[in-house]
Amino acid sequence: MVLYERGLARLRSKVQELEEVAREHSFDLSSEIGMLKARVEMIERELYENLRAWERVYLARLAERPGAVDYIQAIFPDFLELHGDRCFGDDPSIVGGLATLEGRPVTVIGNRKGRDAKENLQYNFGMAHPEGYRKARRLMQQAEKFGRPVITLVDTPGAYPGPEAEERGQGEAIAQNLAVMSALKVPIVTVVIGQGGSGGALALAVANRLLILENAFFSVISPEGCASILFKDAGRAREAAEALNLTAQDLYRLKIADEVIPEPPGGAHRDKEGMAARIKERLVFHLEELSRLEGEELVRARRERFRRVGAEFL
Amino acid sequence: MFPGLKRTRYIEVQASARTREHPLEKCPGCREILVQRQLEDNLKVCPHCGYHFRLTAAERLEQTVDEGTFRELDADLTSGDPLSFPGYREKLEEARQATGLKEAVVTGYGEIEGHPCFVAVMDSHFMMGSMGLVVGEKIARAVEAAMRERLPFIAFCASGGARMQEGTLSLLQMAKLAGLLQEFGRAGLLYVSVLTDPTTGGVTASFASLGDIIIAEPRALICFTGPRVIEQTIGQKLPEGFQRAEFMLAKGFVDLVVPRQHMKATLARILKLHPRGDKNGSL
Repeated sequence: MVLYERGLARLRSKVQELEEVAREHSFDLSSEIGMLKARVEMIERELYENLRAWERVYLARLAERPGAVDYIQAIFPDFLELHGDRCFGDDPSIVGGLATLEGRPVTVIGNRKGRDAKENLQYNFGMAHPEGYRKARRLMQQAEKFGRPVITLVDTPGAYPGPEAEERGQGEAIAQNLAVMSALKVPIVTVVIGQGGSGGALALAVANRLLILENAFFSVISPEGCASILFKDAGRAREAAEALNLTAQDLYRLKIADEVIPEPPGGAHRDKEGMAARIKERLVFHLEELSRLEGEELVRARRERFRRVGAEFL
Repeated sequence: MFPGLKRTRYIEVQASARTREHPLEKCPGCREILVQRQLEDNLKVCPHCGYHFRLTAAERLEQTVDEGTFRELDADLTSGDPLSFPGYREKLEEARQATGLKEAVVTGYGEIEGHPCFVAVMDSHFMMGSMGLVVGEKIARAVEAAMRERLPFIAFCASGGARMQEGTLSLLQMAKLAGLLQEFGRAGLLYVSVLTDPTTGGVTASFASLGDIIIAEPRALICFTGPRVIEQTIGQKLPEGFQRAEFMLAKGFVDLVVPRQHMKATLARILKLHPRGDKNGSL
């Protein structure tokens, strides 16, 4: 439990105690208890609406937070996973394949992270190698060929910072994804569902619509990395998180994100089905809107979107 | 139509203040003590071991672009502090004072052995050549100018990556430039990227890696993740030469490693092989 949630839990248990006392002694305290409950809910809502950047980073990284695979299972029950980059191998830290959304074929690509130590190792903590980005690129080009929209679910600490990844061209792989996505003639909708870690996240996020969950973030560098470089102290990550303007709310204000998708109070993990249903509803909405644009219009609109980012600060 | 072009001006390329203050310099490659004047006459390459010293943007332009042909674009575009990031304004001011530059990239029109082109030259002496909104914008406008004039574009990369102090706005410059260069390529125009020491992070993962032809200077560090971070990740030292230009050549990520003495001639040769004129399928 997060520190700021402790007080809330104490309040809740007090209400529960009161309920038990009332039941034992057959007092009718229902109106008082009802009022207390409403008050707890109000405090809870206020608490979660005013989370600091660092608290949101914490929520975005929670092990029990649903990942791309959870949402794929919930939103796309007919998902057919496809493997490999046709060049080097299959990177399990990226999941991609075919599915239907409201009867329409789509290509879905996401970052895969583990839920325990073993899975974390297997999926490399959601950090892709070049072959992962190249698999994603292959699936996007395949989507373009068959006129299917592309949906990406971003949740990664970043591209894998290891020697093999460098040797196989991590920079080139990401650069190619940015180039290919920017010219793809089908709609692309990205949902940042957890961590949006730097270039490794951007490699799946050159979209017509960038949606972000309420407690997700998207940053040029991890708060820890930023703190250790700029403040010479990784312990000042909380401060760095604020300075980086990485929260969904910041990104919406900066016109980087098109929409913030609200989470259940306390975070997406509190109601996975509800969260998935909400994401699905927004995907359907945005794909419906984008379906009115022709291929070249989609490319132009997407380029224009990125060309204009930050223009108000020039 | 293109505001930058109207504001073009000639810039004076002259020896940096640093050179005047420090007549002697120790070569990091072989530890020989070198006389600055001789070093400059040798294009800032150590005459003993061939170590390529990092160049300022002005030095690069002087070495590459025909005398009197350079017209700078967007010389007055300067960075604000969009996120009110702690200490950023002071750092920018320091960098401006130290380098005499307004930002970490100089862009403009120039000729190379008579071949007209647009160039972007990054300068690692300005906040490690990091890319924020203005660096991204200046490069984007140079690409757009080249596209309008139907001329080749050459980028000299030297960068620590995306600039942290502008957060996700910096990160998105990568996508902005990748998209623009894709459009540039589809117009049938030539883009040459020259990777100089150091080319890293978000610059490697965008325009640096997207050249039709990619040239590197000898021994230049070219990477996505820097060696120190990798060594922290794996807990061991990396082998000598890892992520250097020659390594990247062997791994297939650059076309050529070209020593500085041959850089201008090589670029001219490439430009000559891509004569001007409308191509099929042009925009």
